[in-house]
Amino acid sequence: MKRYRVKIEPEECKGCGRCVLACPRGILEQGTHLNEMGYAYVCVTKEGCIGCGSCFYQCPEPGAVTVYEITETED
Amino acid sequence: MTEEHVKFGKSKVFFDTFERRPGPIKKNMHYCPGCGHGILHKLIAEAIEDQGIQDRTVIIAPVGCAVFSYYYYNCGGISVPHGRAPAVGTGLARALPDDFVISYQGDGDLAAIGLNEFLQAANRGESMSVFFVNNSTYGMTGGQMAPTTLPGQKTVTSPCGRQIENDGYPIKVCEMVNTLAAPVYIERVALTSTAKIMQARKAIRKAVANLKERKGFSLVEILSPCPVNLKMNAKTINAFIDEQMSRYFPLGCFRDEPESKVKHYAIRPVHDPESVKKVLFPPKLNIGVASDFKNQSKIFENERRIKIAGFGGQGILSLGIMLATMGKLRNFNVTWLPSYGPEQRGGSANCSVILSRNLIGSPVIDDNCNLLIAMTQVALDKFMHELKPNGVLVYDSSTMRVPTHIADSHPVFGIKALDIALGLGSLKCANSVIMGALSAILIDRYLEGADKMDFDRAFEEAIIDCFNKKPEVIKLNICAFYEGKKAVRF
Repeated sequence: MKRYRVKIEPEECKGCGRCVLACPRGILEQGTHLNEMGYAYVCVTKEGCIGCGSCFYQCPEPGAVTVYEITETED
Repeated sequence: MTEEHVKFGKSKVFFDTFERRPGPIKKNMHYCPGCGHGILHKLIAEAIEDQGIQDRTVIIAPVGCAVFSYYYYNCGGISVPHGRAPAVGTGLARALPDDFVISYQGDGDLAAIGLNEFLQAANRGESMSVFFVNNSTYGMTGGQMAPTTLPGQKTVTSPCGRQIENDGYPIKVCEMVNTLAAPVYIERVALTSTAKIMQARKAIRKAVANLKERKGFSLVEILSPCPVNLKMNAKTINAFIDEQMSRYFPLGCFRDEPESKVKHYAIRPVHDPESVKKVLFPPKLNIGVASDFKNQSKIFENERRIKIAGFGGQGILSLGIMLATMGKLRNFNVTWLPSYGPEQRGGSANCSVILSRNLIGSPVIDDNCNLLIAMTQVALDKFMHELKPNGVLVYDSSTMRVPTHIADSHPVFGIKALDIALGLGSLKCANSVIMGALSAILIDRYLEGADKMDFDRAFEEAIIDCFNKKPEVIKLNICAFYEGKKAVRF
């Protein structure tokens, strides 16, 4: 079974909250810490990403959200 | 063991770091939080990457927030005057038929100042894709009313809400373009829920694919969030677009045709520097000097600034051209800057000519002029103050008088140019008379050694060069030139 992981760059996120609204599993949350630009960036608070890409397409920043696919290899 | 690979990540069509962006922040876009431009940029970048046309794509940026899109896209990009993207895109698409032109425009750019350019390009079915960002307000300038502001919507310039009675109806661009025959693809999408963004992604991919397939003109209108100017958050701006904007601007595909009705002539542009040179600079008489020739006289060490002023019709501008041509034929750098009224004959006219062995900074002369040629009294009064101390004044003594204080402080030469020209049968050759006088003055007072011999020829060559297209008057002007030479009294 495939697993997914979402990563949000704290220094690139502007905290608009679009991804938080869009995530079907509710694993993203508006943070309380501010980044260097002064925005309260979004944090990944739970596991359970299904790799739908909603957060990536909702995000207005080119590189703030990255979704990884994790594959198990037999070794 | 586990292995990770990126499923959704930054497109390769974007730069890795945005070095073109000024300031310390190089990873982010300059847009406000929650801006639709960023979402759209990503969708366009993805479509370009998937079509494999990054190297041949030119994105024309609008005037608006997206004017800096060249910070981000690692492909061709130009910024053009407000609203002129489809006009420039037309030129690009025709001159570079192997390139792919994307015009990225906002509602102020496309639906207000540039509506004509846009509609004409759409009507001609140019080979380009237009992405029209409709956020119902002027974002960059601070939230003023746009042509697409909804009825009743409050903006900075419509504080009581847009009133139809006063401000008219919002413009429905897709519906308008749908009345034209030429466009192949028209769709309106919205950047709100993920499902709608996926629909937008499909539409944008379609428009970019149309570019690659050379189908013709595609338009995608994107209802885009501007949460900062509309004073909303991510949730309420999505609701605003879905419930209010989409009601007035219905989403959906208006047209999707397999091919355009318009077929442009398949003229292949020629990129041959020699042919371009021939068209722009047709070969003239082969006169002049070798390319390394330089006149040795001391006066040419510095920039020479010449002002010629008089009435239109006296040949003021062509006298300037003759002097500039003379400089050109003697390997000077030259500028010629005319200034005249709307009428072809009569009215005041003047021109500035600069000859220099070095680079010329500005073609404008408003002080420190070395030589003033005045053909009317008005011109003399107007431009006398621009003449340098010790600068030379040449004037037409058949109609003008020069005050004695000027004659005391400057070298002054009066030539009865109009009288002489009249005697030769045409008032029009008065400028050549002045040229002759100038040649005599230069040779007698300012030139040294071999240059004295050279300059008679230089002026004559200039006259021949300038009247190349009217050979019947060359003789008259040469004649006037020698009459002018004889007429100077030292």
